[in-house]
Amino acid sequence: MLEQYLPILLFILIGLVMGIILPMLGFFLGKREPDPEKNSPYECGFEAFDDARMKFDVRYYLVAILFIIFDLEIAFLFPWAVVFKDIGLFGFVSMMIFLTILIIGFIYEWKRGALEWE
Amino acid sequence: MDTLIYLILTLLKIVVILVPLLLSVAYLTYLERKVIGYMQVRIGPNRVGPRGWLQPIADFVKLAFKEIIIPTKANRFLFVIAPMLVLAPALAAWAVIPFADGWVLANIDAGLLYILAMTSVGVYGVLIAGWASNSKYALLGTLRSAAQIISYEIAMGFALVGVLMAAGSLNLSAIVSAQSGSLLTWYWLPLLPLFMVYLISGIAETNRAPFDVAEGESEIVAGFHVEYSGLLFAIFFLAEYANMILIAALTVIMFLGGWLSPFQGTFLEAAFAWVPGIFWFLLKISVILFSFLWLRATFPRYRYDQIMRLGWKVFIPITLVWIVVIGIAILAKLPPWFN
Amino acid sequence: MIKITFYLFSLILIFAASRVITIKNPVHAALFLVLAFFSSAAIWLILQAEFLAMVLILVYVGAVMVLFLFVLMMLNVNFDTLREGFVRHLPLAAFVGAVILLEMVLVVGTWHHALPTEVATGSNTAALGSVLYTEYVYPFEIAAAILLVAMIAAIALTMRPHTRSKYQKPEQQVRVRREDRIRIIKD
Repeated sequence: MLEQYLPILLFILIGLVMGIILPMLGFFLGKREPDPEKNSPYECGFEAFDDARMKFDVRYYLVAILFIIFDLEIAFLFPWAVVFKDIGLFGFVSMMIFLTILIIGFIYEWKRGALEWE
Repeated sequence: MDTLIYLILTLLKIVVILVPLLLSVAYLTYLERKVIGYMQVRIGPNRVGPRGWLQPIADFVKLAFKEIIIPTKANRFLFVIAPMLVLAPALAAWAVIPFADGWVLANIDAGLLYILAMTSVGVYGVLIAGWASNSKYALLGTLRSAAQIISYEIAMGFALVGVLMAAGSLNLSAIVSAQSGSLLTWYWLPLLPLFMVYLISGIAETNRAPFDVAEGESEIVAGFHVEYSGLLFAIFFLAEYANMILIAALTVIMFLGGWLSPFQGTFLEAAFAWVPGIFWFLLKISVILFSFLWLRATFPRYRYDQIMRLGWKVFIPITLVWIVVIGIAILAKLPPWFN
Repeated sequence: MIKITFYLFSLILIFAASRVITIKNPVHAALFLVLAFFSSAAIWLILQAEFLAMVLILVYVGAVMVLFLFVLMMLNVNFDTLREGFVRHLPLAAFVGAVILLEMVLVVGTWHHALPTEVATGSNTAALGSVLYTEYVYPFEIAAAILLVAMIAAIALTMRPHTRSKYQKPEQQVRVRREDRIRIIKD
């Protein structure tokens, strides 16, 4: 099994190497004429008002938290889907109970307006 | 000694996958401009070389000689490595793609999980690029882009569960083999809603039109890569198109029978038996990619609340319902797919 | 060969983990944590735990750390003020750390040091699936309940009932009567 992962490791390494070589090529070929105006953060021709790192709507964090929970759900669904044909009705029922519990959460989320964006 | 030969051979195989992939990326950009051009009754690029054939190469040369600007307020190290973090997973996912029967670099059991893991890592490059730039537009674009990517990843994951239930394996070659039979036994038919969800989520995952509010050139000018120039920018571009081709390849593998001939099971099967599997695979990928370009030429941009509503309130319920439907169909051994 | 890979990845893991707690910039620390997760996934792969390795990347790297980075990047917490109380909280923190260490020693000490049995050939995801949903069905359903609690708690903690944006409500606009809007001050 492990020998199948060696090409993957190599592939990832080559991907990373490409990500290093290309910028190096760019730094090597491109000219370098730094200028305070050119290097200032882009803001449609204005001077940058204040720090770019600002606080954001809590909704974005909520999306990320909900994503973790759904991702875990998917992680539970994957092995089930693979063996589904073998575990038959019992496996089906146990997954349906699992999904029902989580769909309660999904409905709560929907009703509370956690999925509303305006 | 044997190990060394094996290593060199593997490296050669990787090159054989990567070089055509990068060429396809280059020519996909050309094709995109040409196709959209013709759809809008323009000619598209036609100056560099005959019919503009050399346009992508000219673009690359131009980008290579452009100055790479690193903004003064940026976090330099993260700013430079962010493109790498986008590119590496976009390329590495190709290690497990089966191009034809037995033509696969790493035939691992957990192939689909590996793909899902790699695509979920891609969001880091976007996050880091936007934050390291220290620019308001970049940060806004990052936030939108990241929230959109993770939202659609859920719908994609659920759609994959349906494929797994039907195929009973995480191995991509096994998934293709399980669809063997005829055009009608490919999974696009029994899993039609999941197929549509996967395809549309794929477009949203790659932040392409009509889901490109993260780029939104008319309001936040380019989103997370607004501060990038030259080859650093080119890497983002490369990764986006490599991801697009990857999504098309995965759609073909999971729903359109991968390398299988569309004439299987018909009287034409023998007549087309000489065509190699990889030809069908590439042909199907091209059709899907063309539809991506077509969508971009046709649809106006979605609003952000519409995007989020589609992902959470439409796609997730559809996929959940269809998982239950497939489960019942498999338990009932519904012919011709699940008997 | 496997030994060399194991030591290589463990070295990376230890290095990354120690950088997580020593580096000053919190975003860099989070990225080192990502590197640590990657190396542990690789070590799990060496143990042939294919599914767990992939899920570690999928869930921790692809989801949990994304949330961490979201919070670190967007909240713009001032970490100097957080660091001020370091000396004051040191005794309590040291006590908690010592208790955790003791607990870990107790737990690890009772382990049976038997070599893990070789997993039968075939997909390790399938092997996991064939017992998880049948033999271990109760823990599995409990996991669902825990996820439900997490989901509801997250929403209850972050959602604020009022919305700051103003909508047009056509039904209210239509229902408006003359008396609601016009007040005659003087005939």
